[in-house]
Amino acid sequence: MEKTLMKGTEAIAEAAVQAGCKYFFGYPITPQNEIPEYMSKRLPEVGGVYLQAESELAASNMLLGAAAVGERVMTSSSSPGISLMSEAVSYMAGQELPVVIVNVMRAGPGLGGILPSQADYNQATCGIGHGDFNLIVLAPGSLQETVNLMQKAFDLAEKYRNPVLVICDGVIGQIMEAVEIPNGTGARYTNPVEWAAGYMDKRGSSVIVRSLYLDAEDLEAHNRKLEAKWRTIVENETMCEKYRTEDAKLVISAFGTVARIARSVVNNLREEGMQVGLIRPIVVSPFPVADFESLSPTCKHILDTEMNWGQMLRDVKAGVRYNIPVSFYGRSGGFCPSEQEIEDECRRLYAELG
Amino acid sequence: MTEKTIYKRPKSWKGVHTHYCPGCTHGIIHKMICQAIDELGIQEKTVGIAPVGCAVLIYNYTDVDFVEAAHGRAPAIATGIKRVRPDRIVFSYQGDGDLASIGMAEIVHAANRGENITVIFVNNAIYGMTGGQMAPTTLLEQKTTTTQSGRDAHEAGYPIRVCEMLATMEAPAYIERVSAASYKHLPALRNAIKKAFQNQVEGKGFSLVEVLSTCPTNWGMRPLDAVNWLDTHMIPFFPLGKFKDFDGGEA
Repeated sequence: MEKTLMKGTEAIAEAAVQAGCKYFFGYPITPQNEIPEYMSKRLPEVGGVYLQAESELAASNMLLGAAAVGERVMTSSSSPGISLMSEAVSYMAGQELPVVIVNVMRAGPGLGGILPSQADYNQATCGIGHGDFNLIVLAPGSLQETVNLMQKAFDLAEKYRNPVLVICDGVIGQIMEAVEIPNGTGARYTNPVEWAAGYMDKRGSSVIVRSLYLDAEDLEAHNRKLEAKWRTIVENETMCEKYRTEDAKLVISAFGTVARIARSVVNNLREEGMQVGLIRPIVVSPFPVADFESLSPTCKHILDTEMNWGQMLRDVKAGVRYNIPVSFYGRSGGFCPSEQEIEDECRRLYAELG
Repeated sequence: MTEKTIYKRPKSWKGVHTHYCPGCTHGIIHKMICQAIDELGIQEKTVGIAPVGCAVLIYNYTDVDFVEAAHGRAPAIATGIKRVRPDRIVFSYQGDGDLASIGMAEIVHAANRGENITVIFVNNAIYGMTGGQMAPTTLLEQKTTTTQSGRDAHEAGYPIRVCEMLATMEAPAYIERVSAASYKHLPALRNAIKKAFQNQVEGKGFSLVEVLSTCPTNWGMRPLDAVNWLDTHMIPFFPLGKFKDFDGGEA
């Protein structure tokens, strides 16, 4: 397939369609409106359904319903809307439903602003809703990577029957660039007849798609099963890129658009002979602890940089087992750390390393 | 002499005892749903949405596929199911706190879209499972654990008449209020529930049956007194009858 000039949100929507998503339930919120708009026109062309819900609460519960009968379905929203969806996310995790949710993050808290941000890292990686569960969270670093990961998002959701969240900052959603949208694999990783509602005729017995277990023994057993599933995900599904870290004395840690900027910083500083590298988690939940642990012994300092006040810091520090000092540089409110700002910070830290 | 079966358990009833309190009408309503499902031959393609509250356990008694809903969200879940699997028969079973308080937005919009689903709305004028708090349908002066001197309109507003409100919209196909308390009202209950499912089978659109019901435990009454209270207090405020019926013109 050749490259097409597309807006981020529309490319994400088309990638989902290519990945086999036929159903979309959503509610308008900036800066992700082009996803539902695109889906409203596109899904009927592939025999699917688009429906505008009365709220994010309703949209996420429509998503739950469609997933409960075994269909490949997604929704998208932006930060305040994701908060409203958190109710259904908890239920869907408990009910073990495969769904994909895209959060084109905007600045918060509250109404915040509509400019790009990474302020929902904590919300995403700490489970979003009530109860003891985890989400698989993908945090792509460019539009092309987002598009490439949509297939993976649906596949992971089905493979583990667990909600998958894709967090993009507003830059990725609103950027316009040439992308190549991969053709879908057509693979399905779950057989709904085994567990989904709506298949009593094929299965010969009824099922209950549930998260309610009134007996403590039953609920603990259910939660143990979810935890065992999460351990398997932790073992098998981390994703991380290391760039020029083999001999790096200073390593920048970043995700999403900030990592894309940080890569340029690494290239610039390398030209000056500075040993600087980049570590970039692509799956942020489960966090790629092993990749941080195995950073080169040359690494004396880490600069974590984000579009928030340091939400990934805790994971980065734990990732290096608190053995390497970590400092932070961030911007908020809709600003992204610039190349110049990150470079200045790197020079200052590098000089101190001696 | 030939034997004639005049009554038997519905096939889609699981044949177990219910956990409901003496005098509670959930069991009667469940049975009527099972009868309608049997008569229409739709057991294997029916998906129920189980509510929050005592009646979540409807799935222990009714042998069809079920999906649990958060409080109030059943119409949205039913919408999601019906839109992606239009060949399934989808119904929600919701109480008054569920449908008329926390889930008011979801029911209004599902009705307004004319979703081809069946809603069984059980109105017992109180929150049952949480222990008898005020519901949006609690009558004025009715005592609950959160209106201990009786519901006062100045503090807590008025009871909401759901059927009348939904009937103002264009899209709904069928809206009727019936009672599950007195035996004289049971034929109408049975007919209404069957019609609400039949409508969906025939693709007629959104059908809602409000069932006035008793909660003797939380009303603090003996079962028979509860039946009488429903007849003398609830029916005057929540009149029985059809509020909308595409088949018979506007009621």
